[in-house]
Amino acid sequence: MSASAANPREDLIVCPKCDAAYALVRPAPGERAVCHRCHTVLITPRRKAGVQIIALSFAILVLITAAAIFPFLSVSVGGARNTVSVLDAALAFSDGPLIVLSLTTAALIIFIPLTRVLLSLYVLIPIVLDKPPARHAAQAFRLAEALRPWSMAEIFAIGCAVALVKISDLAEVGFGPAFWLFAGLVVLVVVQDNFLCRWSVWNALGKPAKS
Amino acid sequence: MERARQAGEILNARDLGVVACTRCAQVWPIGTRACNRCGHRVYHRDVKSLQRVWALWLVGLMCYIPANLYPMLRTRTLLTVQESTIVGGAIELIEYGSVGVALIILIASVAIPLAKFMAIAFLAISVTRPSTVSKNQRQLLYEVVEYIGRWSMIDIFVVAILSSLVQLNVLVAISPGPASLFFALSVIFTMLSAQAFDSRMIWDAQRWRKGKKDHE
Repeated sequence: MSASAANPREDLIVCPKCDAAYALVRPAPGERAVCHRCHTVLITPRRKAGVQIIALSFAILVLITAAAIFPFLSVSVGGARNTVSVLDAALAFSDGPLIVLSLTTAALIIFIPLTRVLLSLYVLIPIVLDKPPARHAAQAFRLAEALRPWSMAEIFAIGCAVALVKISDLAEVGFGPAFWLFAGLVVLVVVQDNFLCRWSVWNALGKPAKS
Repeated sequence: MERARQAGEILNARDLGVVACTRCAQVWPIGTRACNRCGHRVYHRDVKSLQRVWALWLVGLMCYIPANLYPMLRTRTLLTVQESTIVGGAIELIEYGSVGVALIILIASVAIPLAKFMAIAFLAISVTRPSTVSKNQRQLLYEVVEYIGRWSMIDIFVVAILSSLVQLNVLVAISPGPASLFFALSVIFTMLSAQAFDSRMIWDAQRWRKGKKDHE
């Protein structure tokens, strides 16, 4: 057993889900390395993925901000009318102890996706520009990955659909500009997540500054 | 397409005397304490993992009970105030004739959460004793649980949208009931419980038993 300052085994790759070990063969761009045992995707390099992800991240940044502020949905029954934004919806649980729930929903829908986008920009921009990784980039990327399951914009979008079905009999529902922004946002978030090859990012972060 | 290939039987990292970081997948020799690349703690198998799974599972289950007993939505119309629980709301919908929507609600807020509790319990038990279910199926089950877990939050979002949107002065107003808080907590703790489960244990169990038999 070697000490803790040992060198990493660069020649191996281990499936994080089932612990199967393989000799590392780097797939060409467009190919995928898949675990034979549990079919987890291990490496999916893409040409120019970095630039595309950065572009998508900026788009997401703009869309999140706009979608949070502009009117999202409106409802009207017999003259009475009410318009809400995504933030209003997130902050619906405002009385008493339910305020905790309000803050949680706002985080899940808006702030966690926003944080993830900012973190991935921080990590990816230096890598794409062939600069040494930004300071604490590894921690930033780790945080972005840890937040992944808690970023729930797409679930909120489906929740909207269900809520609309529920009240469409009772009242007339109108869509504000933020509704369409949010729909676009959900697509971009999913695409961005699928473009990102985690192994390649970690690999780039692990290298000492090349200059 | 699949390039990560090895002739013959697939070996576990532990048999090769290496250990992989669960966060960034860097491979280190056995005995390494922390991953030098991402700083995450490196461990072979998380021995306390099952305890955490069960603890979080129990909290999730405890929150799920009040989530069903308290009202989820409070609907105030001109003359009446009506409170409905998850199941109560679905039954009402059936009485009104919208069986489809009622079924969706029952599946999403009752069947799936219960199935999730059972699936996590089954996985946690299956790694400590012989199981007739194959490892591949259990791995698949784990991935389904991990994937579906987040989607239970949909109920909370529906309540949030309804109660912010339907605020029409005196005519009708919907506000959230205490069950929404417990339901959200239940979903969050079940997600944490699933995340605490070290899925590599599924693939160890058999080997561990074989090794034990050899010693006996």
